[in-house]
Amino acid sequence: MSLTTLLTPTLSMDTALHLAGLAVVLALLSAVVSLAAGRARWVLRRVATPLLGCVGLAALAAGVMALLVGEVVSVTLPLGLPWLPWHIRLDALSAFFLAVIGVVTCAVGLYGPSYVRGFEYGKDSLTALGGFSGLFLTGMLLVVLADDAFLFMVAWELMSLSSYFLVAFHHEHAENRRAAFLYLLMAHVGGLMILLAYGVLAAFGDSFAFVDLRAAPVPAVWAGVAFALAFVGFGMKAGLVPLHAWLPEAHPVAPSHISALMSGVMLKVAVYGFIRVCFDLIGQIQWQWGVVVLAIGCLSALFGVLAALMQTDLKRLLAYSSVENLGIIFIALGLSLVFLSADFTELGALAFVAALYHCLNHALFKGLLFLGAGTILHSTHERDLDQMGGLLRRMPWTGLFFLVGVLSISALPPFNGFVSEWLTFQAALQAWQLDSGVLRSLIPIASAVLALTGALVAVTFVKVYGIAFLGQARSRHVRRAHRAPWGMLAGQGLLAVLCLALGVLPTWIIGLIDAVPRQVLGDGLPHAGASGWLWLTPVSPQTASYSGPLVVLMLAGIGLTAFWGLNHLWAKGAAVRWVRRGDAWDCGFAPPSSRMQYTATAFAQPIRRVFGMVFHIEESVTTQEDGSTRHRLRISDRFWGVLYLPIARAVESSARRVVRLQSGNVRVYLGWTLATLVGLLWIIT
Amino acid sequence: MGDLLTAPGWGIAVFQSLLYVALAPLLVGWLRKVKARLQNRRGPSLLQPYRDLYKLLAKEARVAHTASPLFRAAPYIVFTATWMAAATVPLLVVDLPTAAIADIIVLVGLLALARVFLALAGMDVGTAFGGMGASREMLIGALAEPAMLMAVFTLAMTAHSTNLSSVIDHHLSDGFVLRPSYLFALGGLVLVAIAETGRIPVDNPTTHLELTMVHEAMLLEYSGRHLALMEWAAQVKLLLYGTLIVNVFFPWGIGQGWSPAALGLGLAAVVGKLAVLAAALAVGETVLAKMRLFRAPAFLNLALLLSLLGLLSHVILEVGA
Repeated sequence: MSLTTLLTPTLSMDTALHLAGLAVVLALLSAVVSLAAGRARWVLRRVATPLLGCVGLAALAAGVMALLVGEVVSVTLPLGLPWLPWHIRLDALSAFFLAVIGVVTCAVGLYGPSYVRGFEYGKDSLTALGGFSGLFLTGMLLVVLADDAFLFMVAWELMSLSSYFLVAFHHEHAENRRAAFLYLLMAHVGGLMILLAYGVLAAFGDSFAFVDLRAAPVPAVWAGVAFALAFVGFGMKAGLVPLHAWLPEAHPVAPSHISALMSGVMLKVAVYGFIRVCFDLIGQIQWQWGVVVLAIGCLSALFGVLAALMQTDLKRLLAYSSVENLGIIFIALGLSLVFLSADFTELGALAFVAALYHCLNHALFKGLLFLGAGTILHSTHERDLDQMGGLLRRMPWTGLFFLVGVLSISALPPFNGFVSEWLTFQAALQAWQLDSGVLRSLIPIASAVLALTGALVAVTFVKVYGIAFLGQARSRHVRRAHRAPWGMLAGQGLLAVLCLALGVLPTWIIGLIDAVPRQVLGDGLPHAGASGWLWLTPVSPQTASYSGPLVVLMLAGIGLTAFWGLNHLWAKGAAVRWVRRGDAWDCGFAPPSSRMQYTATAFAQPIRRVFGMVFHIEESVTTQEDGSTRHRLRISDRFWGVLYLPIARAVESSARRVVRLQSGNVRVYLGWTLATLVGLLWIIT
Repeated sequence: MGDLLTAPGWGIAVFQSLLYVALAPLLVGWLRKVKARLQNRRGPSLLQPYRDLYKLLAKEARVAHTASPLFRAAPYIVFTATWMAAATVPLLVVDLPTAAIADIIVLVGLLALARVFLALAGMDVGTAFGGMGASREMLIGALAEPAMLMAVFTLAMTAHSTNLSSVIDHHLSDGFVLRPSYLFALGGLVLVAIAETGRIPVDNPTTHLELTMVHEAMLLEYSGRHLALMEWAAQVKLLLYGTLIVNVFFPWGIGQGWSPAALGLGLAAVVGKLAVLAAALAVGETVLAKMRLFRAPAFLNLALLLSLLGLLSHVILEVGA
């Protein structure tokens, strides 16, 4: 808190709001500048993409400043419709998500210029890439700043539409067009649900401004309807199972720095929307909501990680892992809803902070991993894990940063993913305080799912790292991988350092986030940093404590002492040679070739056997005419057959029936028009 | 928190963690001795594991041409993380600063950190056996870790604390109460411990058949001091799980003050309890055969089920009562 008092004269909500406005203007500027990229292709690399970095810096500064001050500021813009002006509001919740957007965008701004250089010699439209990236960021920034449903929906659609064009960037491939269409379709079904949710609230609030929606006296049944609509709408954008089908198709096909933004940030904007509508606007929380959110979160987490484990395409794997992480975030939000509905505000705030912390963490490590995957793609033109291998020796810095991402996402101490998982478990362990026996026994099951998910994530990312970065190269172009340019490394390095910092110093970060639950829920975590910055004690020092700095200090101390002792003191005394290089032993069999290594498919085989029932697996071994054998494996998502295909078929068959109206006869059409008019008149009167 | 971070507290914590490293080979030696006697052999001396470690430490380390820097860093990371995890489990006395720095969730996390680096090291050289061992180890770990978390959560929820010292304190102050949740959690934790420390029937630490190896397959390329560290880490892990079981479920005898008498009594108690536990493990390893790999998931699912039953029976039966 001393930092706050020191800087208070320079910190104010107005400055923060101006910075946020600056971020929006810069993002628009980046889009406008890109119009020139058709003629001068260097504009994208030299101007438009670095501008995104400035957007990130401004948004980050605005978010952190507003969190430090911890107040609320709002303005009405002279934009929008004459009777429906746009409202802007910057409170702690907006500020937090502004900071999340900002930090990843900073890294993308550092990384992007080197990455888009490769496109300068291609035929792709750089105007589209730069323009829609700028608009995409504008949309996301405005969503978190909007203070009325009108501006919110405009910004939301801006975000969805511009990201559609980014997904369709490599539109020469049919599957990319298909992915983009699926994304567009589901984004709009989701958008419709959100619009209806606002409609329900606006019917009782008589206005679209959030101030009125918050105060609206909504009956419990309608509040439930609004919750359900919002959950489906935002859940679709967040990629929750079973509405996740677009996510693993759409995220991987965009350019990698945009994938990082989509997975790292856009999904968080959906979480923001859910929190804004359910925790803030509706407000009167019922326990059934918590149970539903908890169940869907568990389903998403477990299904997402199992699906990720089955993938061999690196970017697709990362996209499925986003489904899993959003599942974890919603598990924490579900816990928060359960505790809040039972009036345990402080425990609700604990789970809420865990969810926010995981939002920030996921933005950091998923951004880092997508940028790493982009670097591999840039340097080897390869996305298939089964072709990679030995990249750590070819690209040491990328390998190191990717390792940090892997350890963070696997929730291992002392990295950041561990802290949010630890907080979620601490919240779940307080379930004994609840009165309802049903809820008391549901929460342990949810925590078991979370534990299983965490362990499977470690398997997934050991597979990724072990196959891609360790061992020997499995193909010629991977063997010739070149080092990444420094700009790309800087972007990844920034995120990697933050991953470690957020794991080691959680007390400071939670002190910053604490303003959000205090404003939204009315209670924060007063005990979290009560024992000093060394100790994280979310409930009380007796209940649980974790000291990230001391764990790191002890790990580093013991490890370095052991290393130094063995390699210097001991080796000298015992006259042992430092180390001798030789061929791999491999139990004395033939010298190992790269073809003898385990592949990604082989690595996942035991898990595939244990959890096979979750997927639709077709596996066959056929003998060719020349005597060689061929192994074929197809793993598909069961949700396609169960949920999506029946809907698609129903839509098609009803379309076929409606098509009968199209007779080509003008008189029949006029007759229908008249009938419609009469029908409408009858309804109105 | 300041009251825990005193000089004597740190001193005893350091002493206790050094004791972990010093005693771990002895436990393995005792286990082998009992096992040999059960099989009508005389068996090697109790001190043989120490001699093995010394021999390995005195030899030069060979590293494959294809190995990356991670291969050489991994033994130190695995050893450190395992040791650090062990330091958080009270061995002689409770209320030490190490238990406050890292609670039981951190303990599980540190063991996972060690496992991840062990598996990565196995995959690093690019041999067939290394990848095989890593894949199997991660499968077993993925199923064992949730079971372990659920078992320790049962204890944590009973004591309303995830600090192991508080858990043991709570159990001691309760006296001898037979809780169904503790029985389930004990069953779950024993199964997890067997799987995680690579004992029969999940893995055979003395196997020489590469195709059935799990833990050993990842270490095939290691030699010299690197191998010594990996082996030592595995021994510390065995001692850690043993101590966790005997000191949490049967905490009687553990010292609650920092006097020399309490320390001595704690040492005698824990050595006695561990000797009995290791003897039981030796009997189990003698009468059981190693399972096929794909029977292990059923074994671990049983562990998860037991632990979850423990947690559920606690929240349903014991919280309301």
